[in-house]
Amino acid sequence: MPRWIIPVLVTLWLAGCGEQAWQTKDISDLMPPLAFELVDENGNEVTADRFLGKSTLLFFGFTHCPDVCPTTLARLDAATQRMDEAVRDDIRVLFVSVDPRRDDPETLRTYTDAFGPQFIGLTGDKTAIDELTRRYRVTYGYGEEDSNGNYDVSHSSAVFAFNDQGEARLLIRDSDPMDAVVADLERLVEDA
Amino acid sequence: MIDLDVALGYLLPWEFSLTWFAACLLAIVIYLRGLRQRQRRGEATSVGRILAYLLGVAAIYGVTQTHYDYLAQYMFFAHRAQHLVLHHAAPFLIALAAPLPVLADGLPARIRHFPGRSLATRLLRPVYRFLQHPLIAPVLFVGLIYFWLVPEIHFDAMLSADLYQVMNWSMALDGLLFWWLIFDRRSPQQGGLGYGKRIAILLAVIPPQIALGAYIVFSPEVIFDVYEVCGRAWPLDPLDDQRIGGLLTWVPATMMSVIGVLIILSFLNRDARNEDTNYVSQLAR
Repeated sequence: MPRWIIPVLVTLWLAGCGEQAWQTKDISDLMPPLAFELVDENGNEVTADRFLGKSTLLFFGFTHCPDVCPTTLARLDAATQRMDEAVRDDIRVLFVSVDPRRDDPETLRTYTDAFGPQFIGLTGDKTAIDELTRRYRVTYGYGEEDSNGNYDVSHSSAVFAFNDQGEARLLIRDSDPMDAVVADLERLVEDA
Repeated sequence: MIDLDVALGYLLPWEFSLTWFAACLLAIVIYLRGLRQRQRRGEATSVGRILAYLLGVAAIYGVTQTHYDYLAQYMFFAHRAQHLVLHHAAPFLIALAAPLPVLADGLPARIRHFPGRSLATRLLRPVYRFLQHPLIAPVLFVGLIYFWLVPEIHFDAMLSADLYQVMNWSMALDGLLFWWLIFDRRSPQQGGLGYGKRIAILLAVIPPQIALGAYIVFSPEVIFDVYEVCGRAWPLDPLDDQRIGGLLTWVPATMMSVIGVLIILSFLNRDARNEDTNYVSQLAR
């Protein structure tokens, strides 16, 4: 065995202890930093800068959503509840409605308040929403209206996570285990 | 009434890509130049071949540089149809048109005789011969379809703009190589691949494509979750989307092999005719 092999192996092993990998999907090199011009749930125009300083989770949905949105938002609430109390407040969840026809700021506020104070509803006109969805390579679309005027909306099921500087870090999927989500959110906040 | 502006807007690229745009533009311009050169010399090029070539290039442009690309990014079945065009249909038409002599005539003389040309040929020939080996070509053809449909790889390819382009380019280039080998106009005596081997390759790529297509069609759960993660173009049931996509991977893709075999048989027929026209005319009498 060559003499250099032991030091090399030891170095590799030690290096492995350093940077622990994210457990959900790392998108640091894939996605641009957070930027948008939308209307918040109080009817005020807001830009992404307003939300810097805390880690931000971004989710696209609509308040009439029967399954994916309430499940995902409830999961995010549960995940933050499991985090250390000291860091729990350093996370904000932005819920962007892609159904501005039915979701006015007031509807949004009622909806997000039901999940917790860290949830903030955002919406805007089609141009503003399109710009944001396109930025993160996601899309949405509307189904046929039924006789009651109800229609389905297709939207992204992913949660995009940004650090306190607004830099893209993670993509969290429905299928990611809760422990992985909690661990990654804690690291996201601690890295700040 | 259809809004003209909106309709025309769909013809614009969803994501402009210089590589696709330039490649298609050059492919058309050089070909048209070549046609004009040949016309001047009094050489005829059959209309069928011209149409096949232009249609092939236009199809590639259509699925990459119009709003169709939007659907291909956000619907699994539209993505499968895009690859059907990039990997099967369009290269099939282009190779069938055997455009190389026309393209060579269309190249500006300066490029045709660029310095270092022989060196480039010497370096590239072994790579080309390796890729076009009758055992490597079908493995590459099927392997690439499988590779981009590995769920984790598919996820990354649809999420990353760069990897998405790599995926589509690899499909188009491999499609060109494959169908080029199959529809080589040189007879086996002139250095082309034997017709029996060509038919064997075409038949060999059928079962793995059927297996993959059937696996996708009959899967009880969603295999490719990236369309859920990024959202669909409209609310189509995920399993329906997946089933249509599986069918596209299965049926038309393997049909192309069958059509290919028929064309090779016609090549055989043509060669036999050329070799012994007397014999054929005797039979006809």
